[in-house]
Amino acid sequence: MSEPMIEITNLHKSFGALTVLRGVNLTVEKGESMTVIGGSGSGKSVLIKHIIGLLFPDKGQVKVAGQVLNDLDDHQLNELRKKFGMLFQMAALFDSLTVWENVGFGLKQHTKMSDKEIRAVATEKLALVGLKNVEDKMPVDLSGGMKKRVGLARAIAMDAEIILYDEPTTGLDPITADSINDLIVDLKKKLGVTSVAITHDMHSAYKISDRIAMLYKGEIQEIGTPDQIRGTTNPIVKQFITGSAVGPITAD
Amino acid sequence: MINKLLELLGKKTLALLREMGAVIIFCGQTFRWTFSRPFYLKNLLKQMEQIGVNSVPVVLTTAISTGMVLALQSYTGFKRFGAQSLIGAVVSLSMTRELGPVLTGLMVAGRAGASMAAELGTMRVTEQIDALYTMATNPMKYLVVPRFLASTIMMFFLSGLGMYIGILGGYFVGVKVLGTNPVTYMNQSINNTEVEDIWYGLVKSLVFGAVIGLIGCYKGFNTEGGAEGVGKATTGAVVVSCMLILILDYFLSALLW
Repeated sequence: MSEPMIEITNLHKSFGALTVLRGVNLTVEKGESMTVIGGSGSGKSVLIKHIIGLLFPDKGQVKVAGQVLNDLDDHQLNELRKKFGMLFQMAALFDSLTVWENVGFGLKQHTKMSDKEIRAVATEKLALVGLKNVEDKMPVDLSGGMKKRVGLARAIAMDAEIILYDEPTTGLDPITADSINDLIVDLKKKLGVTSVAITHDMHSAYKISDRIAMLYKGEIQEIGTPDQIRGTTNPIVKQFITGSAVGPITAD
Repeated sequence: MINKLLELLGKKTLALLREMGAVIIFCGQTFRWTFSRPFYLKNLLKQMEQIGVNSVPVVLTTAISTGMVLALQSYTGFKRFGAQSLIGAVVSLSMTRELGPVLTGLMVAGRAGASMAAELGTMRVTEQIDALYTMATNPMKYLVVPRFLASTIMMFFLSGLGMYIGILGGYFVGVKVLGTNPVTYMNQSINNTEVEDIWYGLVKSLVFGAVIGLIGCYKGFNTEGGAEGVGKATTGAVVVSCMLILILDYFLSALLW
């Protein structure tokens, strides 16, 4: 078997007195879709931010494509980041730029392509996420679902090898959410990318993942395929996936 | 009781020191990135327009009003010992050495410093700054350096404009309203104002411009916690940069004397 794309070993992270991650181990193979599920405040966002070097571990290490993130200088880290695309929870589109400038941002920064060529790529990527004739709109004129799609187009514009999804369906109505799920599955088939998603939407997790990992109190409770997770015997995981208020997890 | 008081004092002091350290590191990074590639010329020009060109009306209004009031007030005072002919000198010296740079600085801090903090703060809380990092673009270079440079450069020109307009306003009131002899007025102004006085004011402006850019960006860049955080960052940017302008004004005056 080839080397895993992402390898997280014994990851610890605290913010002041608050310990968020206490020894997370997680491996994502090349081409695999991994979804990390967990409640609000379980450390999912902190975990995903470590993968792309927005945060750095207090202890332990994160290895992406064979490189340990902690050992990289600014330039090497930026080179590595070019392999990534990230879809943010609220899409995080640059609101001073038009839709096509948002999608083409990476190309504009890192290639010598002309604006015309970039616009053509943007149009193509937007079509891939099911959007037409929105190139010249400003992000503020888009609905929540459209913003997510544009964010997704931006994430794949540089032909990323790894895509990170930060709560891809949160804040969307169920139908729009499911269309985003379809898109993610579709993109995986078409582009063969490795992906890591974080979500607390179980419907989405079952649909988009090869494997699911449950994060609770800063540790991975269980990792398995969607079917294995459905049939779990771990009471914590069971309570979470069935969405019950009664059980070992307390809302705090 | 005393223990609690001391604890509070210690906490506040530590927080202040920590913040000062963070500001100094931020400034150091900004300087470092200012001189390394790539340069975002388009962003710089856009910021020069937003910070500089769009501040012209405010600066004009402030300067002309200050010059006019200055002439009027010094006339009232100087008339008591028959020194009305000196008001030209008073206006031009005050405008170039002191009021041009300081008032322009305060106005630009209120206008442009606040907008920088609000814009970057919003970008921080909506994860746009994180998004820049993930797209292998350094937000310090892409966002902070252009704003810092633009506010430094444009403060120089705005304050020069302020001096000029202030002196014009003073001339108008002194000569056209109060009836001072125009030749005496001009002679007094020119004879008593050295080129150094103008330079001295412009150097001050550069420093004030740098302060406005750095503090506005620092506050915006380090915003935490939603809309409330953006509000706090904006207020903080204006208050801190105005304070710093007034404090530095004294020391620069003493130093450049």
